[in-house]
Amino acid sequence: MCSQAVGLFAAELERQGISTVAIQLLREVALKVHPPRALFVPFRHGYPLDAPQEPGRQRAVLEAALRMLEDRNLKPPALVDFPG
Amino acid sequence: MGDLSEFSLKIQLFLRAYRWRRIDPVPWTPLKKPLSECRVALVSSAGLVMPGQEPFDGGKRGGDPSFREIPANVEVQSLVDTHRSRSFDHSGIRRDPNLAFPIDRLRELSESGRIGQVNRRHLSFMGSLTATGAFVRDTAPAAAKLFAGDGVDAALLVPV
Repeated sequence: MCSQAVGLFAAELERQGISTVAIQLLREVALKVHPPRALFVPFRHGYPLDAPQEPGRQRAVLEAALRMLEDRNLKPPALVDFPG
Repeated sequence: MGDLSEFSLKIQLFLRAYRWRRIDPVPWTPLKKPLSECRVALVSSAGLVMPGQEPFDGGKRGGDPSFREIPANVEVQSLVDTHRSRSFDHSGIRRDPNLAFPIDRLRELSESGRIGQVNRRHLSFMGSLTATGAFVRDTAPAAAKLFAGDGVDAALLVPV
């Protein structure tokens, strides 16, 4: 349900002129809800940025998300797998 | 691995039958300037609140569609997990809330110049929403308006 909620809010932000990237924990949900930019991560629920107290691993996920924001070739709805 | 098999059979059946709300048409705002010049904000659906803020209402039918503002200078370890779901392991977020609300990482990205500014406030939701009507109609537009008013260029959204 969390993946749906962030997808719906991402859509509202985009409508108001803000670029977004939403991490997604369930591919099935991303494919059904269609967040504008979704980064699918292979981590279990409760661990969206991989691991606690692991700044490097958390940064790696965020860097992949930032690259989606910069990628001019993506089209909506964009779904990218982490790691790419 | 994030898949349905993580959940109990009862929840798997619910999720398979649930009518997900499709975004259609899909809105799209390209970045208008380099990330190094962008103001960036975080959105977490982990039900995090600051000490003194009202916890999310775990008993509300369909889920609690409200949100909390989290200031940029928050001490991340002070955040309290009030997410109602018992279907995921909360222990990682309780050890390190950056796992779902990566404010320390965002500050580092700004200090290194990878992004521009960290917005002065961020948003916390409790994502366990099965009834999304009020969220889509009322909460999301009001919350997004705060970021638009702040001049936010980009937002990172993190579910749990």
